Amino acid sequence: MSVPRFWRRLKNLYNLIGTHCKKCGGFYYPPRNMCPRCRRNGVIVPFKYKGTGEVVTFTIVHSAAKDYAMLTPYILAIIKLDEGPRLTSQVICSHEDIHIGMKVKSAFRKLGEESDRGMIYYGTKFIPLEN
Amino acid sequence: MSVGIVSYGVYIPRYRIKVEEIAKVWGANANSIIDGLMVYEKSVPDMDEDTITIAVEAARYAINRAGINPQKIGALYTGSESHPYAVKPSSTVVAEAVGATPDLTLADFEFACKAGTAAIQTCMGMVDSDMIELGMAIGSDVSQGAPGDALEYTAAAGGVAYIIGKKNQVAKIESTYSFTTDTPDFWRREGMPYPEHGGRFTGEPGYFKHVTSAAQGLMKRMGTKPSDYDYAVFHQPNGKFPTRVAKMLGFTNEQIKPGLVVPRLGNTYSGSCMMGLAATLDIAKPEDRIFMTSFGSGAGSDAFSFEVTDKIEKIRNGAPSVEKMLANPVYINYATYARHKGKIKL
Ligand SMILES: [Zn+2]
Repeated sequence: MSVPRFWRRLKNLYNLIGTHCKKCGGFYYPPRNMCPRCRRNGVIVPFKYKGTGEVVTFTIVHSAAKDYAMLTPYILAIIKLDEGPRLTSQVICSHEDIHIGMKVKSAFRKLGEESDRGMIYYGTKFIPLEN
Repeated sequence: MSVGIVSYGVYIPRYRIKVEEIAKVWGANANSIIDGLMVYEKSVPDMDEDTITIAVEAARYAINRAGINPQKIGALYTGSESHPYAVKPSSTVVAEAVGATPDLTLADFEFACKAGTAAIQTCMGMVDSDMIELGMAIGSDVSQGAPGDALEYTAAAGGVAYIIGKKNQVAKIESTYSFTTDTPDFWRREGMPYPEHGGRFTGEPGYFKHVTSAAQGLMKRMGTKPSDYDYAVFHQPNGKFPTRVAKMLGFTNEQIKPGLVVPRLGNTYSGSCMMGLAATLDIAKPEDRIFMTSFGSGAGSDAFSFEVTDKIEKIRNGAPSVEKMLANPVYINYATYARHKGKIKL
């Protein structure tokens, strides 16, 4: 991730801020400028997700690029937020505990860093709801 | 002065390492270390946790506990001796992550283990003078002790956030007094990973002189005595120091018991006595009086006198207690600990 790209997405990464279409009731994350269903008739407003959801599916990553090598093995999952949208995120929990349908909540973590000299990227990951 | 604590939040990482596990690696006698320090285990941050992530979690719990509108926070200060950046304030990330930007002033504080209480005092002045409605003071650290050094047994991770204001106080801050000198008991130079300390120099001229002077100074100003307080909290670099300083000042073991979190947590540096205060607020009743004195090497102490109000019952269950955060830890071995603390580099 480049510094400008991170900075543009920072609010969405820190707080799971996406969008909501007031016309059809659709919820979107990452945020969309236009409702894919209503197109030009959509009424898109910013929406802050509660941060709770469940694991739809997951995989355990054993080898990763340099930025994430320190974290391996780690769990990468598709999370379905309670409001509906799905997103891919790391889940922080024991590899024995992770399962499909597991209830999770958002947590503020380091997503990575460029290098010892570079900037540190912060954002949202998920942890078990019962933590 | 009519300012007080409006809300508070704490965060402790889930991982712990036992003193025995560290002692084993260095061939040291675990029992004599445990007896000497009165510390059994310490918290360890996850690999993707640092002072900023811990501060954010504590700050979010403080906001949620009392249903605070983050846009009303006019000042935010993060005290730490382990800010991830040398230049780029931790407080900028925290303020953005809790939704307090952009109408506020912020800065990072440093004063060894008392940077967080210095932040409370700054917020008190700004709230009392009506410069701001609410101020947030945070103490957060992921402290490091050099491998094999005595500090390695206690240097822990955790954070605490207090919201200071006039309206809806859960604990009135009756008064505060500080005692500060130039005492070279502990330091870390720029770019060095681990701190240096003056060995035995840290106890008498450092901790004990400053804590007793600040505590006695505040009680003298207020005309109070130890028996006027229901609870007392002193900075906890280990279990021995606060226990001994309480006795020197005339406080009982019962008064310090609820706030003595160090045996199961370790020293959370800037979070240390603020964590003890939070644990005490978790169980305090309206009208209870609490005495607190922090200590930061370098050196200085901030003493505070609090009176709990009936609003405490209303907000108490709005966020996890210190006890909840200490429960169900995940124990790790030294190898995993070394990875978590970045002692191994890839
Ligand atoms: Zn729509």
